[in-house]
Amino acid sequence: MAAKTLTIDGHLVSARPGETLLAAIREAGITVPTLCHLDGLSDVGACRLCLVEIEGQRRLQPACMTMVSEGMVVHTNTPRLQSYRRQIIELLFAERNHVCAVCVASGHCELQRLAGMVGMDHVRYEYLSPNCPVDISHPRFGIDHNRCVLCTRCVRACDEIEGVHTWDVAGRGVNAHVITDLNQPWGASTTCTSCGKCQLACPTGAIFPRGVTVGERPHASERIALIVEARKQRW
Amino acid sequence: MTTSTTETAADRGARPAGDNRRKILEATMKRFQYQGDALIEVLHKAQELYGFLSPELLSDVAQRLRLPPSRVYGVATFYHFFSLAPQGEHTCTVCLGTACYVRGAALLLRELEELSGVKAGHTSADGRFSLLTARCLGACGLAPAAVLDGEVIGHADRSDLAVRIQSLLGRER
Amino acid sequence: MDLHELEAIAERELAQRPRLRILHCSATGCQASGALELKRRLESLLAEMGRQTEIDVGAVGCLGLCGRGPIVRIEPSGETFEHVKPDDAAEIIAALDGHACHVARCDQNHPFFTRQLLIVRRHCGLINPDRIEDYIAVGGYRSLYHVIHEMTPTEVIQAITRSGLRGRGGAGYPTGLKWATVAKSPGERKFVICNADEGDPGAFMDRSILESDPHLVLEGMAIAAYAVGAEQGFIYVRGEYPLAIERLQKAIAQARRHGLLGTQIFESGFNFRVDIRVGAGAFVCGEETALIASIEGRRGQPRPRPPYPAESGLWGMPTLINNVETFANVTAIIENGPEWYSRIGTEKSKGTKIFALTGKIRNTGLIEVPMGITLREIVEEMGGGTPDGTPVKAVQTGGPSGGCIPASLFDTPVDYESLAAVGSIMGSGGMVVMDEHTNMVDVARFYMEFCKDESCGKCIPCRVGTVQLFNMLTKLRNRQAHPSDLSRIEELCELMRETSLCGLGQSAPNPVLSTLHYFRHEYEELIGAEGDHGS
Repeated sequence: MAAKTLTIDGHLVSARPGETLLAAIREAGITVPTLCHLDGLSDVGACRLCLVEIEGQRRLQPACMTMVSEGMVVHTNTPRLQSYRRQIIELLFAERNHVCAVCVASGHCELQRLAGMVGMDHVRYEYLSPNCPVDISHPRFGIDHNRCVLCTRCVRACDEIEGVHTWDVAGRGVNAHVITDLNQPWGASTTCTSCGKCQLACPTGAIFPRGVTVGERPHASERIALIVEARKQRW
Repeated sequence: MTTSTTETAADRGARPAGDNRRKILEATMKRFQYQGDALIEVLHKAQELYGFLSPELLSDVAQRLRLPPSRVYGVATFYHFFSLAPQGEHTCTVCLGTACYVRGAALLLRELEELSGVKAGHTSADGRFSLLTARCLGACGLAPAAVLDGEVIGHADRSDLAVRIQSLLGRER
Repeated sequence: MDLHELEAIAERELAQRPRLRILHCSATGCQASGALELKRRLESLLAEMGRQTEIDVGAVGCLGLCGRGPIVRIEPSGETFEHVKPDDAAEIIAALDGHACHVARCDQNHPFFTRQLLIVRRHCGLINPDRIEDYIAVGGYRSLYHVIHEMTPTEVIQAITRSGLRGRGGAGYPTGLKWATVAKSPGERKFVICNADEGDPGAFMDRSILESDPHLVLEGMAIAAYAVGAEQGFIYVRGEYPLAIERLQKAIAQARRHGLLGTQIFESGFNFRVDIRVGAGAFVCGEETALIASIEGRRGQPRPRPPYPAESGLWGMPTLINNVETFANVTAIIENGPEWYSRIGTEKSKGTKIFALTGKIRNTGLIEVPMGITLREIVEEMGGGTPDGTPVKAVQTGGPSGGCIPASLFDTPVDYESLAAVGSIMGSGGMVVMDEHTNMVDVARFYMEFCKDESCGKCIPCRVGTVQLFNMLTKLRNRQAHPSDLSRIEELCELMRETSLCGLGQSAPNPVLSTLHYFRHEYEELIGAEGDHGS
């Protein structure tokens, strides 16, 4: 099939048919912030950070779930989009208790990096300060719900790559939270294989290897894509 | 198929061990050929039979439908109809839809909370009374509306409802 | 089943029907007001008098004036009584005999009745929803027969397109276009879904249709299935509607027994099976992709569109989703022709719309009115104003996705575009009247609380935005807000409207924005002195 030609931020770009707009944008060397997207996992279009303007379309579209089409004219970084992205990050920081100074992921955290990227330097919204539990019942990993952004990357990694679906989301709205099995302590899970892919996929310090302290949890989400590739190639 | 009144704690106590509820649930799952798609229908049936969804029940359903437990729990907690804790012997549901709101449902609810000592959405410590709220019963012509033990009460009058609840709780004490 | 058998059922039904009839409303509203006890009293009284075969006591669907139930109608005179108590049974029988009766009569010449145009509700109050024979006797299932034997699927879709019918669930998407897309989309199987997850607080049109005339909806679905090439249908009903579910179950079983659903309908090659799925208390499942997820047994979380369900819906197959009222319009269009239908209403909004008129209004109930009628005609003439004469302040349409329209704009005609132009939406048909005592900030806060509780939690703007907005409105109400909070509220409203994943989040700010627009002074009054201290 013929390549598609589209215009992204004024540049003519050619893309493969069936490719997502996000992939085409990245191939053009343009950075668009993402959070719930992770290479190797299916997309859900939930974080709304990669929304872009497409000429002729009334609504903003998530680049991660929009397919390229011939003649598309896309704007990825308008002042309006910049402002929305800043507000979305602000809302996230206000939702739970994100304290970088005492976080295992500080310096390696996607949320922290995104805040810098979109220029979110202070939060104008009221902090909701929920009382979130920390579960360290698993022998190798822990989860601190205070740092969870509900991107569901752990849920998808566990389901799509490890294939056990230990994780899911319970509740709804602002009370939604990730769970293992029947909302049991992670250590008591009968389905978990302790593979650690959830920990690799986690963009923040919510899921962490036990024993690390502030700033010590490295960021290794790109390994998810490598695992997917490896499974295809059968190295 | 669903939504008959949920049974009370007293019913549960009175029921002999080895009842046939499990068989009925099994028949429902079989009717849907144990397909995961039928999860919500099965949970409806389970709640109708048992009054609430205990961890054992959820785990059982997960196993029979060959679904991950976390998915079953995720679905059970997404929908407000499903209750993971037992309900009181008597329940009063106050409709908080717009028409009822405009006609004073919030005040009605607050008075019932004071009267019963139970916060909306909760059950009294002795398990006798649950005070619940509904988003909209669709009985807006009768606003404000409430449901007392399955009976829809239209144009709910605060003092009238209070008397009825007190007599329900008092008579059997 | 063929046409002759259908006609024979109708004839038999009409022949054996007694001339004298007492018909009582059996919908949820009147049942709660004591209609069943009244029926028992009537029946025992007639038995005592030995007149039980001469006089028929029948349950019928909703007669519309729900706030004055139970409603009773007697035939052949057609007189209608309101607030009928069980003790009134003897008087009602007396009225049937032409004697004096002291039970309050509904004024049938009141604009509440005379301004209505019944298309969808044309059988309501005339037929017993529990009996398929009643439906057949008023011409039921003839449209389905006609369509299967005399029209091609393309012709059916063209008829719906020419009628100008638009989705009655709220957004007003052209129904014919939707059907055409599903018909064109390739798929080994296709589905038809009836969205009966009527979640807007203050709306009960769909409940009433299902409780009063379930076969009308089933026949509309079957015609749609024939047109788009589907063999399986689902009706997704709210769990809060047990009576509607019961009547649908009964109706489906009857239709199946009569060969009007199932395989080889009317001895043709057309098969159509309908199953009920019961919702479990999630407003967001009214959104079509969330509804599909729910039928698949999953959490009712929406997904981004495209792809639209018409191309990839239930189990990835092309799926037609229409609302109850939309399907209920189909047989009338087939019966009377698309040209007849398109003459009703306005240029862009054809036909009628049912509204649930509630709140601070004298005549509470359901009305079916032609598109283009003004809000003033509905509220003042039909509704009769507020019960105590307090001036009406605004009317809210469209539920949590709609807006508040001030009394000064009551000459706005009721159609999709005009309501959108004044900052609200047609919505599914809730119309809540508010008087001068209603505080609009409270109203906005009420709806935001609703959206906060009903947000699925998937996308950030809706999940966190609804909570932040609710908290800010609460602060405002408690006079703790800062003047800058108003612009922050507006900014957050814009974010949610533009970036939320689904219609729930995108429209959640509407009640706030519309009240801010028309009643800004009520917000500003609450900032007052406290705000000055704050700055």
